[in-house]
Amino acid sequence: MAYSSGRMLLSQSDGPVSRFRAWVFVVIPLLAILFQVYVPLFFPILSFLEMPLLVVVYLALTQRSQIGGLFTGALIGLAQDSLSKNPLGMFGICKTLVGYFAASVGVHFNVENTAIRMLLSFFFYFFHQFFYWVMQRMLLAQQPAFDYQSWLLFGALNAVVGASLFHFLDKLRATA
Amino acid sequence: MESLVNRYRNLTILLLVIFAQFLLLAVQVKNDQDVRIIRVWTVTAVTPFARVVELLRGGSVGFIRNYILLHDEDAENRRLREQVGSLKLENIFLKNELNTAERAKALGVFQARIPSKTLAATVIGTGAGSNAKVVYVDAGSARGVERGMAVVTPDGIVGKVIAAYPTASEILLATDADFAAGVVSQDGGVRGTLKGQGTPLLKVDYVPISEKVQTGQWFYTSGDDRIFPRGFPVGVVQSVRDAQPFKEILVDPAGLRHGLEDVLIITQGVHQDIPPTPATDQPVYIAPAPPDGSKPDAPAATGAAPPITEADKLRQAYQASGEAQGHKFGSGESGPPNFTGLTTSLPQTPAPAAAPGAGPKPAPGVTTKTTDSTRHSNQANGEPTGSKQR
Repeated sequence: MAYSSGRMLLSQSDGPVSRFRAWVFVVIPLLAILFQVYVPLFFPILSFLEMPLLVVVYLALTQRSQIGGLFTGALIGLAQDSLSKNPLGMFGICKTLVGYFAASVGVHFNVENTAIRMLLSFFFYFFHQFFYWVMQRMLLAQQPAFDYQSWLLFGALNAVVGASLFHFLDKLRATA
Repeated sequence: MESLVNRYRNLTILLLVIFAQFLLLAVQVKNDQDVRIIRVWTVTAVTPFARVVELLRGGSVGFIRNYILLHDEDAENRRLREQVGSLKLENIFLKNELNTAERAKALGVFQARIPSKTLAATVIGTGAGSNAKVVYVDAGSARGVERGMAVVTPDGIVGKVIAAYPTASEILLATDADFAAGVVSQDGGVRGTLKGQGTPLLKVDYVPISEKVQTGQWFYTSGDDRIFPRGFPVGVVQSVRDAQPFKEILVDPAGLRHGLEDVLIITQGVHQDIPPTPATDQPVYIAPAPPDGSKPDAPAATGAAPPITEADKLRQAYQASGEAQGHKFGSGESGPPNFTGLTTSLPQTPAPAAAPGAGPKPAPGVTTKTTDSTRHSNQANGEPTGSKQR
């Protein structure tokens, strides 16, 4: 991975070399967090969407750098923590792990395929919810419900939305 | 060692980042305190964007409705259809505006009416967690909001401020599982602790089973928690169930029933009286008696006081018995009359309509006395003697 002035290089071992403009790394996570804060206020039905998670997955997959992925996840997670009533670090730790593992997948597999992206979005949503549930029980001594049916359903819905979102975000990549 | 770290560089950094966040988490949980600076940064960075988005939304909705939807219409039919559509939308828009104005007016009236000092604020966002029961309002510490202040609407309590940032505040809603407040029933007889459950209904805990609580009863803040001043409505009891060791009372929160847009933050609370319970024994209007005197023995028609109670009847029976024996009551000239056998016959006296021979037959001596007493009673009522035997 190489960096040039104002642009971040994204290497693809078996595809074209693409670049992300630096502002994408600021604006897209910010928009995702704004979405999470603002949209459910008017459309409560959309509260199941985990936009920050989808953005973490996308950026980590396409960066193909485990360190980049984990820091992206940590920062977005901490920002999300800051806007919730939970102690700082709950979302941070979950999304750090998601970022790291997503980037690891991106290193070894071709993740340009829509079906694979949907599958990964679904898996990482479930992983995120499950790990968050474990942390609530272990670290905060809370007793949240193990609602795996909702996780499966919302994971599938997030995967569908994620596929469209990733397609849109692909347009922000400038192929060299 | 160095080569080992280099070899597992990514994993090492991952573990370090995770460890750092665990440490951060542990410090917060152990001290029960936030790392406030990070939250201040994030909230200060995000809320201006949220405001801009809200402004853009409000402006763009009006722009789209009033301009774009009416642009480039050449076909008359289409133009008219869209005009009707736009008028409907405008109607909805105006209704919303009217609702907003009415809500603002109601909020203003309520603000002026209550003795507590309050600060109006608008909800601009929800918490970022999927199960969030927190909202953000556009009034922060710069406007005097402090952590722990109560948040209400004219309908009832909403929650409390759990964090005040310069430009915004975070409100923990009453439905959150961490919420608690002291409450008292409207008649003041039942005290309990209101708790959120993470569901739309709230729970009033620690109410002994011996206490009487009914569905539909109102609960108000008691002021014991030092957050909510006394006398603010909380909600209506939806269900009551006896459980161990306390009653299980579920309350529908009145303040959250109609959504949440504008709220009042109580900056200086003043306790107020709980509105009195509506009286259940309301005075009942009784119409005057009919003037036609259809009842022949009605007091208005006869002008004499008829025997109304059993005691009156008893007195008159004794009086009649004494007079029949020639006794003059009140003079003291003669000895006491003989009332032997009179008391046993008295309970059987109210049978004037019974056919002769029907029913239990009284003793012969008593029958005479009873007949006399009936005659006297009829005479007193202005009726001819023996009229009741007809």
